[in-house]
Order: sequence, then structure tokens, then C-alpha cells
Amino acid sequence: MSAPVIAVTHGVVSYDGRPVLRDVSLTVDAGEVVAVLGANGSGKSTLIRAVLGLVPLNAGSIALFGTPLRRFRQWQRIGYVPQRLGAGSGVPATVREVVASGRLARRGVLRPPGRADRAAVDAALAAVGLADRAGDPVATLSGGQQQRTLIARALAGEPELLVLDEPTAGVDAASQEAFAGALHGFVDGGATVLLVAHELGPLRPLISRAVVVHHGGIAHDGAVPEPAGHHAEPDHDHVHPHGPDEPTGLWSS
Amino acid sequence: MELFQYPFMQRALIGALVIGLAAPALGIYLVQRRLALIGDGVGHVALTGVGAGLLLNRSPVLVAVVVATLGAITIELVRARGRTSGDLALALLFYGGIAGGVTLVGLSDATSANLNAYLFGSLITISPQDLTTIVVLGVVLLVTMLALRPALFAVCHDEEYARVAGLPVRTLNMLLAVGTAVTVTISMRAVGVLLISALMVVPVATAQQVTRGFRSTMAAAMALGLFAAGSGVWVAANADTAPGASVVLLAIASFLVVAIVGAGRRALRRRRTDAETPTAEPHEVVLG
Repeated sequence: MSAPVIAVTHGVVSYDGRPVLRDVSLTVDAGEVVAVLGANGSGKSTLIRAVLGLVPLNAGSIALFGTPLRRFRQWQRIGYVPQRLGAGSGVPATVREVVASGRLARRGVLRPPGRADRAAVDAALAAVGLADRAGDPVATLSGGQQQRTLIARALAGEPELLVLDEPTAGVDAASQEAFAGALHGFVDGGATVLLVAHELGPLRPLISRAVVVHHGGIAHDGAVPEPAGHHAEPDHDHVHPHGPDEPTGLWSS
Repeated sequence: MELFQYPFMQRALIGALVIGLAAPALGIYLVQRRLALIGDGVGHVALTGVGAGLLLNRSPVLVAVVVATLGAITIELVRARGRTSGDLALALLFYGGIAGGVTLVGLSDATSANLNAYLFGSLITISPQDLTTIVVLGVVLLVTMLALRPALFAVCHDEEYARVAGLPVRTLNMLLAVGTAVTVTISMRAVGVLLISALMVVPVATAQQVTRGFRSTMAAAMALGLFAAGSGVWVAANADTAPGASVVLLAIASFLVVAIVGAGRRALRRRRTDAETPTAEPHEVVLG
């Protein structure tokens, strides 16, 4: 039995003395597709940010692939898909240039890209259905296509574990389907996925386990819960405001 | 053209061309990070180095490299902390830098003409030693910025992702800070501390109006920087204007030309597509 891909043991995170995660333990084994569900502010994003080492733990421990996070260096085994790009960029960048950053963990900072790198970028672009947009500036893409660019960037590194933060929030239906398809191909290869979601949509059939975070603790760990109330209605359109939004996309200012 | 037979004019031209090429190569990362004016701040700090150099009778450019590097590292540490008091700390550093520079220059034997040479640039007084410093540092900077482009692009584009990818984010950020200090100090002799950011930022701003990707923006910005530097020195020699200011004015003129031509082309294209597709949207309701 090999070590679990992710092991969080009694993890505690607080911001400015205010606890966001209290005594959370979570294990994800190889080949699992785990969805972390919960309301806004429940601590679900903090949980995965702690797993990636972006937020320090106040107590407890985290191990990735059996190695304590502090000593973990094999970052090429992990692909990270953020919810959106932070500050964005003032300088244009093509879809291919953004996706090619995904190879850096594997090839290192100094080595120029080789044939294998280019092939991996091509494959990742094809997997998310953006091969024909490779030369376009990301700022001209729709929000859903930009999100697909980010998953292609993670896939280009050929990771064993994919960590996604709300990958389908505010993404159009066509992009959600393309996204689910790309994730399907990834999971069929035996890889592990940890994703934070508000709602599962077309990703639902892929999920092997659901973890519900509530008030900084884990309220449920097991089968995917059935939607209840008005969420269960077939035409329920699950739309939440996600801060000030702009129609053109995540990169534009 | 006969002016360029004089060694001092040749040094001015070579120095300007190296800076014209190197400054946008670094500036593009600052623009991408939305820190376009950081070069200005580092320039203020560099002035203290100039003052110290003049006072101690050492090469002002080399002392300025050291002081500006320390200043840039401090700025980077404040930025990385992300403290709300960061911009106040930066203000203290900037104005402390310029006041310290003016005071130290005043204490030395240097005249106000010396101070002006660093505030506004003085290409034609570049000594052979200065030129060696500019060329060596400029080439090192250029090679670093080009060789590390994918990694620096990743860090400036999405710092969190770069951290999860295991990139040496802190080292790369420090490298950019030191690179900024080096660019500022070698550009100081050409355009002066008050105009430094222009050479790092304006060619990038011009290029990105017409380019689609990061690499093409970098190449175009470097070409524009080279053009502005070369033609600026040529104009200065023939029209007897200040070289630094001429270089910056030409860079800004290129920006305006590209902006106007671009806007004109967009308007033309819009009119053409409007003519081809008249408002064909059907009415949603028919009244009466």
C-alpha cells in the first residue's frame, strides 16, 4: 500500500487569530476524484490552499505523496488550477505562452523548451479544445475559455495530482462540457483530483467522493450528497456573484 | 554625420543603444506586474549613491549600482510582505533617496552641473570607464532577461501558480529587483534619474498596442527602444538638444503614432463591418 497522495492531519489555519479551518483531517488516495463542497466562506478554498502550501498551517501537518509539505520538492507531480488569475497582466500573452508555463515545473528554470515540452503543450491545448486559439491573446477569450487555458496549463505539466479551485464558477455550458471532457481523460489515466466546487454540474459523474466543509470543519465525507430544496430543481441555474465581474474576461482590467 | 567621428559622440551612441535595448527587456516584466513606475523610485534612491560616489571620489555609477540595488531589494521585501503600510515605506525611501543625494552632492566638490548630469542625463560626457560599465552590465542584464524569460514571465503573470510549480519565486523576484537597480543606474547617464522609467516602460506600452503575445511584445519593445535611443542621439547631435530628453520624446512620439494609426485602423474596420452587416436584428415584438 503506497502512501496517500494527500494527507491532512488535524490541520488548523487562522487568519489574524480568526480560525478558518479547525482540526481538519482529510486523506486522498491515488486514483480518487474528491470534491470539496461548501458555502462561500466555509473554508473550502483555504483547505486546498493549505494543501498546496500557499497558506501556512497553525497546527497539524500535511503530507503530499508521503512527504511532509515542508520537505516536499516534487512539484512537477502537482497541477494547480486557480479560480482565476490574480492581478492579471498589463502585457498581452498568447494562450500558448500561458499554457507553456505549465512545463516549467518539469523542465526547470534554465533549460529551454524541447520537443517533449512542445508536444505536451499541444496535447494539453487539444485536450481542452483550444488548439485553434493557441496564438490568440488570452485577454480576447471568454471567461470559460480562459478557465480552460488554466486547466491546459496544469495538464501540460503531466501531473499525477490535479488541484482545482472552483473550476466551473461562472463558466458557460460549452466550456463546462469541454472542461469535464478534459478532466475525464485525465482521470482515466489513473490520476488523482482534488477540486473545490460550488456545484458539480457536468463534473458530477466523475466524482468518487465528496467532502463537505462547514464552518471550518468537515461535516460530511463520503458519497456525493443529493441536491436539496430549490437546488434540486432540474432547471435551477446556480449563479452567484463572484465579486465585481467584467464581461470580457479574467485577464482584462 | 561628421559629429559621430568624435569619440565622445561614439561613446554616447553606443551607450544609448545598449540602454535602449536593455531597458525595455527588463521594463516589460515591471509593466506585466503593474509596477511600471518602480524604476522611478529606484532612480530616486540611486541618486544617493551618486552623491556618495562624488563625495568619496569613487565612480558615481558603481556606487549608485550598489545603493540602488539595496534600495530595490528593500522595495521588493516591502512588496512581498504586502503590508498596507507598504506605499508609505516606499514614499520614505524615494524621498529619502533624492534628499540624501542632493545633500551628499552638495557636500562634495561637485557643481550643480554634476547633479544635473545625473538628474537629466548627460550622454556626451560618458567616459570610457562609464561606457565599459554600461556595456558589461547591459549585456549581462540582457542575457539574463532573455534566458530566464519563461520563468520570469510565469512569476510576473501568476505568482501563486509559480510557487505551486516549485519555481524559486523569491530568487526570481530578487533578480528582477537587482535588474531594475542595474538598469536604472546604467540608464542614469543616458536619460537621467527623472526620465528612467520612460525608457523601461514607454517602448513596452507602444509595442503592446499591436502585439498579441509576450515574446513578440518583448522583441518589439526592444526594437523600439533601440530606435528611440539611436534616433534620439542623432537628433540631439544635429539639432543641439539634450540627448536624454530627445530619446524620451522620440519614444513617446512613437507611442502616439502607433496609438493614432491603431485607432484609425480600428475605426475604419468598424465602419466597413457596419456597412456590410446592416442592423438585421429582428424585432422581438410586432406592435399593431
